[in-house]
Amino acid sequence: MSKSNGANGAGGERILRLMIVDDSNIIRRRIERSQQHARLQVVGSAANGREAVELFQKTNPDVVTMDLTMPEMDGIQCVERLVTMKPEILILVVSALADKATAVEAIEKGANGFLCKPFSDRQLNDALAELLKET
Amino acid sequence: MSVTTAAEIRTFVEGTTNYFEVSARQPASVGSPYLVTEGAPGVHEYTGIIGVSGARKGMVYFTAPRAMLTVLLMRMNETDTSDENIKDLVGEVANTISGNARKDFGKEFVISTPTVVAHDPKLVSPPPHVRPFVIPINWRTHSAKLVVCLE
Repeated sequence: MSKSNGANGAGGERILRLMIVDDSNIIRRRIERSQQHARLQVVGSAANGREAVELFQKTNPDVVTMDLTMPEMDGIQCVERLVTMKPEILILVVSALADKATAVEAIEKGANGFLCKPFSDRQLNDALAELLKET
Repeated sequence: MSVTTAAEIRTFVEGTTNYFEVSARQPASVGSPYLVTEGAPGVHEYTGIIGVSGARKGMVYFTAPRAMLTVLLMRMNETDTSDENIKDLVGEVANTISGNARKDFGKEFVISTPTVVAHDPKLVSPPPHVRPFVIPINWRTHSAKLVVCLE
């Protein structure tokens, strides 16, 4: 894990710290393994919203992938907390909840994108690339 | 008494086929869904159970043998096929198919986080007053089931 700010990638662009939040270990590992964006460096992963807030305070991520249905603190609550702590954070919600109302609620709370499970590696990387256009 | 409609069952069938097509990059064939009129549907070694509340009440569960789940993990490029990851996967499949159903059922179809039962089929007990629908799933040489029990 790294807490350093301002490291640059090969293209001179700033490296962005990525935190993965999902109650499924295999999904956390899959996102870490599959994400191929040169600007992203995984700084940690959390299994629920409460853990994510704690990890956020230790690692100060720039980008987050966020599940919604999780124990202890769900993803919508966690999005709200993270946006309060760091308004410029970029959050990609990665959830099985496929109704439009949930996607709209997540965006209204401060998420920047929504990827529906199940997802392919390409869909994940396309969604992350779209998110990073905002940087 | 079950009031699950054919359109609702189709939602779960589509969610199941989509899961295998996308996650395993290998389609599953889904058999004809059937209503269980007596007793409870049998379960395999691992079962992921999602509680349903809100506008509908009941449960949805995905049950599969270890061999199928192991191959599914491998198709997802996961090298750790430990019991913990197998249990994680069976819960995630149930969660994903149930969550996808909200596309048709809407936000009032509230789903729980998964509960996983492994190695003890007696612990899987559908609500006694609801007749379960079984959606048979065949993938590669393996058989599994999605069971939908909704009031």
